This record gives sequence, structure tokens and C-alpha cells, in this order.
Amino acid sequence: MPELLADIISILGGTLRLATPLILCAMAGLISERSGVIDIGLEGKLLAGAFAAAAVAYLAGTTTAAQIGGEDGHWIGLDAETLASILNSAAPWLGLVAAIIVSVAFALIHGFACITHRGEQIISGVAINILAAGLTVVVGHALFAKGGVTPDLTSGQTFGAVTLPGAETIGTVPILGPLYEKLLSGQNLLVYVALFAVVIVSFLLYRTTFGLRLRAVGEAPAAVDTAGISVPWLRYRALIIAGTLCGIAGAYLSTGHGAGFEREMSAGKGFIALAAMIFGNWRPGMALLACLLFGFLDTVGPRLQGLELPLIGEAPVALIPVLPYIFTVILLAGFFGRATPPRALGTPYVKEH
Amino acid sequence: MTPLPRWVEVGIVPLINLTLALIVAGLVIAMVGEDPFQAVWIMIKGVYEIPGSFGYTLYYATNYIFAGLAVAVAFQAMLFNIGGEGQAMLGGLGIALVCLALDPYLPGFLVILLAIGGAALFGALWALIPGWLQAYRGSHIVITTIMFNFIASGLLVWLLGGILMSDGQGSPQSRFFAEAAWMPRIHDILGALGIQTAKSPLNFSIVIAALACVGVWVLIWRTKFGYALRAMGHSEPAAEYAGIPVRRMIVVAMLISGGLAGCMALNIILGDQHKLVLNFSAGYGFTGIAVALMGRNHPVGIVMAGLLFGALTQGGTELDFEFTSITREMVLVVQGLIILFSGALAHMFVPWLIRIFANRTMGHA
Repeated sequence: MPELLADIISILGGTLRLATPLILCAMAGLISERSGVIDIGLEGKLLAGAFAAAAVAYLAGTTTAAQIGGEDGHWIGLDAETLASILNSAAPWLGLVAAIIVSVAFALIHGFACITHRGEQIISGVAINILAAGLTVVVGHALFAKGGVTPDLTSGQTFGAVTLPGAETIGTVPILGPLYEKLLSGQNLLVYVALFAVVIVSFLLYRTTFGLRLRAVGEAPAAVDTAGISVPWLRYRALIIAGTLCGIAGAYLSTGHGAGFEREMSAGKGFIALAAMIFGNWRPGMALLACLLFGFLDTVGPRLQGLELPLIGEAPVALIPVLPYIFTVILLAGFFGRATPPRALGTPYVKEH
Repeated sequence: MTPLPRWVEVGIVPLINLTLALIVAGLVIAMVGEDPFQAVWIMIKGVYEIPGSFGYTLYYATNYIFAGLAVAVAFQAMLFNIGGEGQAMLGGLGIALVCLALDPYLPGFLVILLAIGGAALFGALWALIPGWLQAYRGSHIVITTIMFNFIASGLLVWLLGGILMSDGQGSPQSRFFAEAAWMPRIHDILGALGIQTAKSPLNFSIVIAALACVGVWVLIWRTKFGYALRAMGHSEPAAEYAGIPVRRMIVVAMLISGGLAGCMALNIILGDQHKLVLNFSAGYGFTGIAVALMGRNHPVGIVMAGLLFGALTQGGTELDFEFTSITREMVLVVQGLIILFSGALAHMFVPWLIRIFANRTMGHA
């Protein structure tokens, strides 16, 4: 019995950890697309964010007083020693900020092309993905001369696990105790941020004026415009939020779940998040469930290696990562349920004169 | 659409956009601490100076031409086929199935002919489902083709890790095809004619690509089907009103598009690798979008853009050799910038150009 419980906890924990970047990116895509802007650049922003986080966390984490130079370091009134120790201890946070800045910058390029210049949103998204794949390696190699990989990060340069209050005491309670101690508690800080982001996004969309306008601009931008509200500014804000969320997701990949950046480390997660968003019918709660489902498939897949199934023979484990995409296509085909995208999705708004 | 003289629209606008992309790429090179002008010089030298490098350029260009044609045909009907990657992978699978099954029994040229059919057929079928779903179920073709890229990739991982894996090898690839069934290399063909050229992976597929260009031109601009397709691209409701079977046209356009993307595998798998491997499409399917955009969806433009991208890719490999601080991914940066500036931001300068040229045209009138 305890073994089964341990297995369940380990699978659910894995699900949560693998779903985290999906959740953040799906929320990003959702905000962007509810405002009417297609975002297939999630993948690129995630990758760029992951690189920025790891690079800055490493640089900040390894800064020494000698590098800052001088005894005085007078420009902010701190001596080099103190400044270096601040940089060292704030490394993961500085990485996170860098990830958000870079990811938002990409989102703004998307906005500049699609909102300001009414360019094709798909093409802009493709450009962002390719640019991110190229720039992360080019800049990474220029900085660290390791072929696009950042040096491994130490634990001080990454986000650690968070122990929720009373985890150890409650952990002694049978069944529920371990669930609290090992599943709810002890996850990476950014895992909690991701779950919190779902709450924030839902609240923002359904409980604020901004959310109401955001949803309206994705359905009938002309109506929003008639009400005297700026369509471009609303959409830009949506893209900035999306960029922020993708940046956090990137930081999670390289400084939370992992410890360092590798080329192509996003590995299609941005696209799975896109699938999850569609699967969740552009709704936060449903998208969260879809992300958890896809994270679950990802966790369980490798465990089924070599398992003999009746009739089929050996489990086709290699095909399990493909299931999210197949599910999404079936859903899009409308054979069960129906995917209903925002009505104005993908069409640039042209103000009438 | 725009009130610009045609030569400005076809010549000046793409040139400005390309220049901007290259300037930004130059800034990136300067940022990583190298001299952009020297980089350009090395890339240019990389295309003509080293023996065989011109062959490499044409080899890469062949991929880009197939990918660009695939995007362009679908785009004539305002369909975004960004599933070129997956369709190329399936094309490779089609080739592999033909070769692995038949190369011990049939003469080489027959296997090659069947493999060409296999590549086109499998690529087309992989585009059929998203096309059909778009036409009859209203599923967004961009999303379904993205999903199909990943499904194709998973399918190949599964097959090459299992039943198609060559015996005695731990890595996910098929056995080599019989040598008689390899697509003939151009330097071998020329050698047989008594012309000595440097060795390169350039193979007969480039001739097939050229034929495909002619075929696409005839199809789009010289047939009733092409006329209907272009009419659809201008206005779907109008086309429907004119009695064009829009849904069937979408499916057929996607079949042709997928078939062209599948043919990319002829160049890579049958022409160069001679075995089925993973991830051989290497992003060509996506870059095809840039090629089609720059080539304005016309075969002549696509050939020119394909050559440019081929040269960029070959030159990028040279950058990798010459500079320690630049990797070949610089080519991706350039490609991304070109897609951004000549695709998404294509009309950034149009209002500005209209102001310059509209006066002149009025003066003439």
C-alpha cells in the first residue's frame, strides 16, 4: 500500500512539474488569443525566456567583487563586495526578470507587426520561433563559447523547492499526510506561480473591466472601438501579459525544473501549450485541465516502456508524446465537443473613417 | 491592391525589406563582436570559392524550392500550409517504404521512379487530412498542420526505433538503400558526360524541382483549376457564388501542396542520406514560408529566393568554420529576420512609398 501511494505521488508530482511550463504558456496564448491575436510564437518566447533566465542567472551568480572593480563602486553607493553578494544571491530573480523582459520584447515585435502594421499573425509567429531558435544559440555561444549551451547552474542560481508550513508534522498523518508533504508541498516555487497564474488570468478575464474589454475585442473589435476604447492598446496589453507569462515559463525550464540552458530546450512545449489552450476551448480552467492531462501523458509515457499490453503487444511508448496533438486534431474536427475560437481571431482591426 | 507602380511593388518593396533584415542581422553579428562586412565577404566566398560549395548551394536551394512551392500553391487559395515539415517527413517515409521493400528485386531506375511517386503520395496524404478538416469541418488549417508536424515526427521516431530500424544498429535509422536506387548525383552524371566537377550532394532532384516549378506555373496560371484557385484566394464567397466547388478545391490544393513538400525528401533522403533518418526536414518546411513570401508565390520568384536561401545556408556553414564566435545558427537569425521583415512587416514602408510614387504617377496621368 505505501508503495502504491508513493507511486501515485511520484506520478502526480511529475505531472505537475511537466505541466507547469504548459500551464504558463497556455495562459499566455489564451490571453493573447482572447484579444484576437493568434500566438503561435509561444514556443519562441518560451525558448528565448529560458535562455535569458539561465544566462543572466549564471552571469549574476558568478559575478565577483573583482569584476565589479574598485573599492568604491560609488555609482549606487555600495562597495563592490556588497554589490557582488547582492547579485549572487539575487541571481535566479535577476534571471527571471531578464526572461520576462526578453519574452515581452518578442511579444512587442509580434504586436508591432500584427497590431500596428496589420501583418499576418501566423507569419510573425513563425518568424519569432525561428529568430528565437537562432538568437539563443548565437548569443549563447558568443557569451559562453559552449556551442549555445549555458554553463550548469548551481543551486544558488536556480529556484528551489518550497516547503509549505507544517509539511513535516502533517506528513505523519496516513495517506493524506504524504500527499500534502510530498505533492502539495515541496514543489518548485515557479510551479506555484503557474497555478496562481491560472487564478489571476481567470480573475482578470471574467471579473475585471479590463477582462471584459479584452474578451470583447477578440469577438467584436468594432464595438469596442465604437465605445471609445483603443483596440490596439488593449491588444498590446494582452501581448505584454502573454510575454510575461512565457518569460516565467522559460525561467522555469532553465532555472527551476532544469539548471542551465540547452539549445532547442523548449522542445515543442509551446506548441503543446497551444494545443492545450485549444483543447480547453480558450478557457483558463479547461486549459489547466488539458495541460495537466498532457503533463500526465508525458510522465506516464516513459514508465510504460517495455510494458506488454493485451492484443497490442509492447506498448508503443514512442507514440505517447504524440497523443496531445492527436486529441487536439480530433477535437478541432468537431467529432466530440466543439472548439470555438474568438470570432475576431487572426483578423487585424482596421479603424473605419 | 496598393496604388504603387508594379516595378516598385515587385522590385523595390522586397528589396527594402531584405535590406532591413540584413542590416539587423549585421547588427547581431556586430553585437557578438565580429565584423559584419567581413562576415558577408566570407559568406560570399563560401558560395563560390571552395570546390563543391556551389553544388552545396544548389542542393540546399532544391530543398527551399520544393518547400517554397508547397507553401505557394496552398497560399494561392489563402491557405497556410505550415505543415511542410511533417509532409516532408512522410515523403521520406514513402521513399523508404518503396526502397526497403523493392530495391532487392527491381532495377534501380524503376525503384527511383516508384520512390518519387511514394514521396509525392505520402506527402500529399499527410496534407489531405488537414485539408479535408479545413474544408468540411472548419478546423483551422494552421493549427492542424502544426499538430501534424509533431504527429509525423512521433511516427518516424516510433517506426525508426522499431520495425524500420536497421539490424545491428542502435540508432534510429533505416538500412541503406541499394546503391542502384540512389538518386544520381550531378557530378556523377556530368562525369559520365566527360565534364569534371567537384563532389557535392547535389543530385537529380534539382531537375525534378525545376520541372515542378514549370508544372506549378502551368497549373496556377494556365489552367482552369489554377484560375479557380486564384479566384478563391481573392474572395472565397465570390468564388463560391461563381460556382467554384470551394471545398473540393481546398482539398486538392492541399494535396498538391503536400505532394510538393513530400518531394523535398527526394533531395535529402534519396539524393543524399540514402537511408531514412530522423528530423531530416530540419526546418526547411518553415523556411519555405519565407521563400514563398520573398518569391511572391510565383515559381520564378521562388527559384530566386530559393537560390538566395541556399547561398545563405552554405555561406552560414562557412561562417561557422571561419569565426569562433559565430555558429551556423546565424543563418536561422537571418531567415527569421527575413520572414519578419518581408512577411509580417511587408507593408511597413508601403504608405511611405505611396507618398513618393503616387505624385509621380499622377504627374504622368
